Amino acid sequence: MAIVQTRALTKVFKKGELGAVNSVDLESREGEFLVLLGPSGSGKTTLLRMIAGLEEPTSGEILIGGRVVNDMTPRERRIAMVFQSYALYPHLTVLGNIVFPLKAQGMEKGERQKKAEWAAGLLGIGQLLHRKPRELSGGERQRVALARAIVREPSLFLLDEPLSNLDAKLRASARTELEQFQRRVATTTIYVTHDQVEAMAMGDRIVVMNKGLVRQIGTPAEVYDEPADTFVATFLGSPPMNLIDLGEVTVGFRPEHFFPVTHLAGQAAVPADMRADARVGPYVPLKFRLSHEEYLGAERILYGQLEGGKFDGKPAVSRMSSTHGAVYESGSVHAFAVRQEDLKFFDREKGTRTEPVPLS
Amino acid sequence: MSALGRQRWLGPAMFLLAILYVVALVGVPFVLAFLYSVGDVKVGSVGYHFVGLANFKSVLQNPTFLRSLRNSFVFTISSQVLVLLGANILAMALKNVFPGRRFVRFLILLPWVAPVSIGSIGWKWILDSLYSVINWVLIRFHLANEFSPPMYLGEPKLAMISVILVHTWHMLPFATVIILAGWTAIPKDIPEAAEVDGAKFFRKLFQIELPMMLPIINVAVLFGVIFTFTDMTVVYILTRGGPYDTTQVLPSQAFFTGILGGDLAEGAAISLFLVPLLVLVAWLMLRSAHRAEVT
Repeated sequence: MAIVQTRALTKVFKKGELGAVNSVDLESREGEFLVLLGPSGSGKTTLLRMIAGLEEPTSGEILIGGRVVNDMTPRERRIAMVFQSYALYPHLTVLGNIVFPLKAQGMEKGERQKKAEWAAGLLGIGQLLHRKPRELSGGERQRVALARAIVREPSLFLLDEPLSNLDAKLRASARTELEQFQRRVATTTIYVTHDQVEAMAMGDRIVVMNKGLVRQIGTPAEVYDEPADTFVATFLGSPPMNLIDLGEVTVGFRPEHFFPVTHLAGQAAVPADMRADARVGPYVPLKFRLSHEEYLGAERILYGQLEGGKFDGKPAVSRMSSTHGAVYESGSVHAFAVRQEDLKFFDREKGTRTEPVPLS
Repeated sequence: MSALGRQRWLGPAMFLLAILYVVALVGVPFVLAFLYSVGDVKVGSVGYHFVGLANFKSVLQNPTFLRSLRNSFVFTISSQVLVLLGANILAMALKNVFPGRRFVRFLILLPWVAPVSIGSIGWKWILDSLYSVINWVLIRFHLANEFSPPMYLGEPKLAMISVILVHTWHMLPFATVIILAGWTAIPKDIPEAAEVDGAKFFRKLFQIELPMMLPIINVAVLFGVIFTFTDMTVVYILTRGGPYDTTQVLPSQAFFTGILGGDLAEGAAISLFLVPLLVLVAWLMLRSAHRAEVT
């Protein structure tokens, strides 16, 4: 078990160009599931590859378990990595794949066999040991890749989008399994993904990256509820946070925090301790002209424009449970509201969080 | 005629050309060679008498033939081993990105692009007994005796080594290109995974990369063996089989006996000796290529 630290870690692929990873400072915790989340090209995979030792940093330091590992080969870093493609050795059987790292360690045969069976059992692939990778399904390949990673009990797991090659249904169950698996082995894990649902569901903490920079590090709740800047605010959440420019600041509120006043009134009628949402504070009323609606089964997404006052003509999105049965005609105007405390304020120029300003 | 009807004869018609080509240029000569080898045909002779295996018997009793047979194996096996080693090393160097890579790749391809006869003539000069630049250099550095420098094409052992090396020089680019293609076909993730799994250079090379390239290496070896076994250009130009037939290989001996010596029947018998061997090689290689599949 070990923690990973990076200090001002930078990777520049082409001189003169902006780095793929720029001065990243990170520190994982013991046994933590740390997710690197960002759009493609955000540098998350490059960062992971530098930690793995597959990519040489341009500057900065990487520490694993307190030791600087910059000059160490992947072998010496005692890490295990699962690649997006799984990178199974196609000419070896599942067993051959799993024992490969043990052979490289020089472990003797009987021991190897025992370890491989342990790892295969842990992942439920004991019956596949003599198959070749091409005879396996996507989910089975992913398990083999995990077994190959776990078998030598590494100090650190690095996972590069391991679920992205699975179909949607399998991905959901594999996600849960992977998460439970990590809890059980309690090995510090760094997980790269561009999928915010994966990040929110699995991560102890999330590192949100964009253009080679770390934008925010925090628990899923922190990055979602208290985004550090407008990038994080719009990258997380689907649909993303409503952002409305207002003089010096940008005001943001999540679509699910933007709802009809009638809804609020209904809540107010319920005794405080029985409300689904206990917070009923001061709120900001807003007029909302609906343009169209998307019905998504469990929820409804309403698109439209704000009307009147400072917000006139600004587009906004509301998201509500489909148990809310009211009908909204296209083009009609309704009284909506956002709670005061759900409003987030950002510096319009820099995009970073600022102090709330009065809206009236 | 309907479009469908046209298609019905168009395919076979196109195919027929290919069949005619193969029959005329491969099939007929092959049958002819077979007939010659069991007859008594000489250049200029008329009539044909079946003599059974007499030609083969006489060939097998000829010490020069036995030597050629042995030489053919020595020539093929040693040049292919050298080619395979060299091509793998070159491919390994060339797969990396470095400044001037294109130019170096071009240089390495040159021996293959240049006509083998011209290349061999160049080598003949380089290895010449009087004007050899190699000896000139060796003498300047006092590494060879000025008055009796090595005669690369005049001493049996050196001549064989020279022939092998020149042929290797000629075959190397082709094998390098094939193996380079094999190398680039390996997804980058896999050698990286091997590194992360703790494999050092040789384990990665011998347990992961080479096994994955095996089908492609087989193709390179198959072509190499067949090109080498049937080739006589280098031998013909460098040594003409000499000194004293010590560098003679089967194709060159068949040529000297059948065409230059006029004994078509015996020449045919010599060249037919190659057939079962080549069939065996081709079958072995195709089988192993089929077996080792790369995903």
